Amino acid sequence: MNRAALTSRLAAFARSSLFWPVTVLVAMLLGNVIFTHGFLAIHVRQGHLYGSLIDILLFGAPLILVALGMTIVIATGGIDLSVGATVAISGALACYLISKGHGLFVAIGVAVVASLLLGAWNGLLVTRLGIQPIIATLILMVAGRGVAQLITGGQIITINDQDYKLIGGGYWLGLPFAIILVAIALGVTVALTRRTALGMLLESVGGNAEASRLVGIRAAGLIVLAYAFCGLCAGIAGLMISSNTLSADGNHAGLWIELDAILAVVLGGTALTGGRFSLAGTVVGALIIQTLDTTIYTAGIPPRTTLVFEAVVVTIVCLLQSPAFRAKVMRRRRRRAKEPAPATSKQEVTA
Amino acid sequence: MTAPVLEMDGISKGFPGVQALDDVAFRLFPGEVHALMGENGAGKSTLIKVLTGVYEADAGTVAIDGRGTVIHGPLHAQRLGISTVYQEVNLCPNLSVAENVFIGRQPRRLGRIDWAEINRRAAELLARLDLDLDVTAQLGTYSLAVQQLVAIVRAVDLNAKVLILDEPTSSLDRGEVGRLFAVMRRLKDDGVAILFVSHFLEQIYEVCDRVTVLRNGRLVGEYPIGELTRFDLVAKMTGQELASLEELEEATPEAVQGERLFTLEGVGRAGAIDPVDLDLRAGEVVGFAGLLGSGRSELARLIFGADHADSGRIRTDEGPVSIRTPRAAIDRGVAFCPEDRKGDGLIMDLTVAENIVLALQAARGWLRPLSQRRRDELVDEYVKALRIQPPNPDMPVRNLSGGNQQKVLLARWLITRPRLLILDEPTRGIDIGAKTEIQKLVVSLAADGIGVVFISAELEEVLRISHKVEVLRDRRLVAELRNDGSLTPERILQTIANGDADT
Repeated sequence: MNRAALTSRLAAFARSSLFWPVTVLVAMLLGNVIFTHGFLAIHVRQGHLYGSLIDILLFGAPLILVALGMTIVIATGGIDLSVGATVAISGALACYLISKGHGLFVAIGVAVVASLLLGAWNGLLVTRLGIQPIIATLILMVAGRGVAQLITGGQIITINDQDYKLIGGGYWLGLPFAIILVAIALGVTVALTRRTALGMLLESVGGNAEASRLVGIRAAGLIVLAYAFCGLCAGIAGLMISSNTLSADGNHAGLWIELDAILAVVLGGTALTGGRFSLAGTVVGALIIQTLDTTIYTAGIPPRTTLVFEAVVVTIVCLLQSPAFRAKVMRRRRRRAKEPAPATSKQEVTA
Repeated sequence: MTAPVLEMDGISKGFPGVQALDDVAFRLFPGEVHALMGENGAGKSTLIKVLTGVYEADAGTVAIDGRGTVIHGPLHAQRLGISTVYQEVNLCPNLSVAENVFIGRQPRRLGRIDWAEINRRAAELLARLDLDLDVTAQLGTYSLAVQQLVAIVRAVDLNAKVLILDEPTSSLDRGEVGRLFAVMRRLKDDGVAILFVSHFLEQIYEVCDRVTVLRNGRLVGEYPIGELTRFDLVAKMTGQELASLEELEEATPEAVQGERLFTLEGVGRAGAIDPVDLDLRAGEVVGFAGLLGSGRSELARLIFGADHADSGRIRTDEGPVSIRTPRAAIDRGVAFCPEDRKGDGLIMDLTVAENIVLALQAARGWLRPLSQRRRDELVDEYVKALRIQPPNPDMPVRNLSGGNQQKVLLARWLITRPRLLILDEPTRGIDIGAKTEIQKLVVSLAADGIGVVFISAELEEVLRISHKVEVLRDRRLVAELRNDGSLTPERILQTIANGDADT
């Protein structure tokens, strides 16, 4: 009885969209054990948790945050290329204000509000002016780096504020604070989208914009909200990144993170065309990317081949995700299983 | 008459859930313009797609010049001499006229494209059809009508024996249509067989020699145009055999005089529907009758605010109201099930339950979600009441049959408790059982005091449940007929065919 319930639960999971991403993640983690003994081990040192798994979560925290926001935007049928720039601006603002002697909370507050406004700006470009999302956010992607450099004065600002360090590099209750922050962000996002009607309405707008209009959904407000939320997530990620190194680098902070975030969303099973989205999938997708990075370091893969290695893994994951590809492989396997019999009979005929 | 250039026989084509073509025969002779007529879903486009090789027929034969052929694809069809010009011009507006005529088969000389030759030959072709154009000008600088003519020139130069014109006139004005017809007549004299699809009756009678009528995927018949009155043509397209009149008479609904919900005063939109005056009352079913393209859906969309009216105003008894968006219409108690339920109605990604609560949730806003319990109750109630099959609210709506999808749409609006419900072709393409259920539902909703606008291509259905019938034709409201017991499908047909109520 219990076993039957378990197998049916497992069968349901095997059909769910989370199955392949989770399988890949688990396979990668197990694969690492071959290279690195004790890869999965977690130790307690000085009351803090240490281990490769913790590292993956910690280093992956900014990406998970950015990808969460990206998921919401992609659900509406949009995309946000400007998150990397927002990461840079947010970090630059916070560090600049701290370096000028402003309080920690002022610095963080200004950075967070600024990121929110940058996101809302994207949303307004998309809804009010009807600019295609990829173009609208490209504007801020390019211009935002310039803004970040204006704030830092073209330099890398370094600060020495151990309280600020907590966000991205500190510990709380034995865990890296960044991981706790991400867990809270995930919880809030899930609550915001699934405990209210926001998730359903976003999926409706992204799934069929015209039908949504005819059912009376005011899409513009929802879309601005989605971009603003995405900006907010990127802003917090920016704080994390700058806090971890206690410095703000307008040029390199969050560089290309938008592409990783989009990849994480896609790996997690959310379609770029909008509609149904999966926050859990996105988290798994981001963890796959981070695990891949970690693997490259721990397995000692030569730096010049890392990009190729990444490309191969990502391609495999995407192919596994594609129902069309899986169907093709299955068909071929079935055909191969069937073929031997006729093949031998043919031989007999020719012989 | 000579031998037919094209002969299709016993053509059948099915899609999951619908038999689009069932044993259809079609002939085309050289030097004739042949109209293919039928309402939405009659199978016109499927037949054309079989002919152009887009679809492969499940059964049946195609013979060209008397030789049996299998058409493998659009390119193969073109090689066999079958060319098509669609409603939307499939050319490149940023290339020159001459380039468009020869694109993909440029004459070459010494391995280079021979531009002089292209321009010379294009000019020659155009001159043959009395078209005076600058062949080196960009195609996009000419009107849509001229672009269409260039598309025809291109098609004809591909040695077309059969030219298919699929609704080429729907976006042309009168003068442009005349020009197109002149070209068609010239091609006809050259022996080209033309298959012409149009929703405008006038044009069919002006330019065509014969007509083939399809209905519900079946062949109704093939007639010389001179032997078929407009009345008969409309009757054959809509399936109103006069023999079936008797059984309808008893079903006439009683007249009601409910409270006035909305009054339309000269509401219209250029290019969609001429200004219309109309009263919509509580408890009254108003049928919109008319052929496809008559403006019946366009009028419905104006009432719902799906399109902006550019003339007139809508009043309630309290005064004028502004309905410029669906949101505004919904807030005033209007609900709308669009004709294209997959494209404009349902969100295919979402579940049955989500689709059902969507309109209500959109009205409440995202911050005030329905409680899980309330939501389950509502969904349960309507899944049961409308007998949605399978009764599983968590199933993706895309997996339901057409009739059940329609019921989901109805449920979506019914839980918002609308005062006016607009149904655009709610019974099209669904099985007879679901159809009757929906008709019964409409009648009982009206009895409960909801005003209903009911649009259908089937006059029998309109007559059965409507209190009054608005007849539309060529984008105009031409008559309002009260369903007082003496109204017959014949009279509606007559009005559609002749354009006024008195004949």
